[in-house]
Amino acid sequence: MTAPTIQTEQVKAAIEAAIPGCQVEILLNPGPAAQHSLILDHEHAIEVARFLRDDAVLRLDFCSNVTGVDWLDSEVSQKVKVKKVVDGMETEVEETRKTTTPGRLEAVYHLFSMEKKHGPVVIRLRTGNRSDDVRLPSLTPVWRSAEFQEREIFDLYGIEFEGHPDLRRLLMWDEFTDHPMRKDYVPPADDEGPMA
Amino acid sequence: MELKHDETVSLMEQDVTALKAELSKHGVFTTTFEELYNWGRKNSVWPLTFGLACCAIEMIATTMARYDLARFGAEVFRASPRQADLIIVSGTVTKKMAPQVVRLYNQMPEPKYVIAMGACAISGGPFRDGYNVLKGIDRYIPVDVHIPGCPPRPEALIDAFMMLQKKISEQQLTGERRPRHLKAELPSEFPVPEYAEHGLEPTENEEVWNPLKVIQG
Repeated sequence: MTAPTIQTEQVKAAIEAAIPGCQVEILLNPGPAAQHSLILDHEHAIEVARFLRDDAVLRLDFCSNVTGVDWLDSEVSQKVKVKKVVDGMETEVEETRKTTTPGRLEAVYHLFSMEKKHGPVVIRLRTGNRSDDVRLPSLTPVWRSAEFQEREIFDLYGIEFEGHPDLRRLLMWDEFTDHPMRKDYVPPADDEGPMA
Repeated sequence: MELKHDETVSLMEQDVTALKAELSKHGVFTTTFEELYNWGRKNSVWPLTFGLACCAIEMIATTMARYDLARFGAEVFRASPRQADLIIVSGTVTKKMAPQVVRLYNQMPEPKYVIAMGACAISGGPFRDGYNVLKGIDRYIPVDVHIPGCPPRPEALIDAFMMLQKKISEQQLTGERRPRHLKAELPSEFPVPEYAEHGLEPTENEEVWNPLKVIQG
C-alpha cells in the first residue's frame, strides 16, 4: 500500500497561513508521478521547515533524502507567430525568440511523516547562480538526518550550507578543490595515460 | 667454444635435471637448497586480510570450505601487513584509498607479492570514468598476477594463486635472474601518492608502470 499523497496546494496554503511573508512557489512535475515540489525562499526556509516538522496535521518528522541538482545556463529558442504590418498589409510572420535561463544549483529535500504515515513532500532551495552566490540555509538543525547528505552536496556540488554544524567534504579529501558532480566538471587529463 | 654466463647456467640446469632423473631411478632423491626453499615459501603464502569491494566477497568465498584455499597453504589471512606475504587487491581502488593501499604494501616485509583481482584493480573496470577511481593499482605498486573478471570466480583466484606459486617456485636465489627482493639496489618500498587539488600526485610511478605505448609512425 502506498502512503496517501498530500496535496501540494494545501501544504502551500498551510505554510503561508502559518508564516506570514514567506514566499512559496509550486513547481509542477508533469510526469505521471506528479510529484510536485515547493520552492522556498532562503530567509524563511528554516522557519518553514520547523513548521512542516512540528505542525499537528503535517508532522513531517523524517527527512529521507537530500540531493543536489546542477542546472546549467540554458537557452531555449521558440518559434512564435506574430502579426506584423508589412507594406500596409497585416500578415503572420514567424519569429524565433530566445529565452535564457541563468544556471543555478538546487538542494532537494524529500520529507515523510512516520507518525501520520504520509508523504513525500518535496521542498527545494535554489542558489542565486553557480559561481559566487552558492549559499543556502542548512536544514540540519531541523532534520538531523540531513547532516551527511548536505555535506555530500557541499562536496560534490559546492553548495555552502549556512548554519550546518560541521560542513566538511564527505567523500573527497580536504585538499580537493573541484566539485565532481557539476555538469561542467572535467577530470584531470593526465589520468588516462599513453593508452588513450 | 666460449659460453656466455646464462648459457653456462642453463647447461648446468640441464645436467642437474638429468642427474636427478638418473639418481631417482636408483632410489636416491636429490634436491637443491633453492628448490627446498622455494617449495617451503610457495606452500605457506600468507595473504593480508584486506578487501576493497565485491571482489573481496569472492576472495572470502575462496577461503571457505567449498573452494578451500587452505589446500594451497594460504589459509592464514594475517590482519597485519608485517606478517603478510601477499596482498590481494580485491576491488575498486578509489583515489582516496590508493595511498593507504600503497602504504600497506610498503609495510609488508620482503619477499612480497601482489595479485590484482578483478577488472577494477587492473584498470578501473566499469568505474574507470568515475571521478574518484584509480585506473589500476599497477600505477603505484608492481603486480605479479592480474586476474580479469567482474568479479572473478573463486576458481580464477585459485588459478591466479597457482600461477603465483609457480612464479615463486621458479625464482632463483643467485645470479642475474634473481627476483627484485634479492637485488639490494632495487626498491622494496614505493612512493605513496599524495592528495592534491585535482587528483593524486603523482598520477603514476613510472618505475613500476609500463603500459603499452602507441607509437605513431
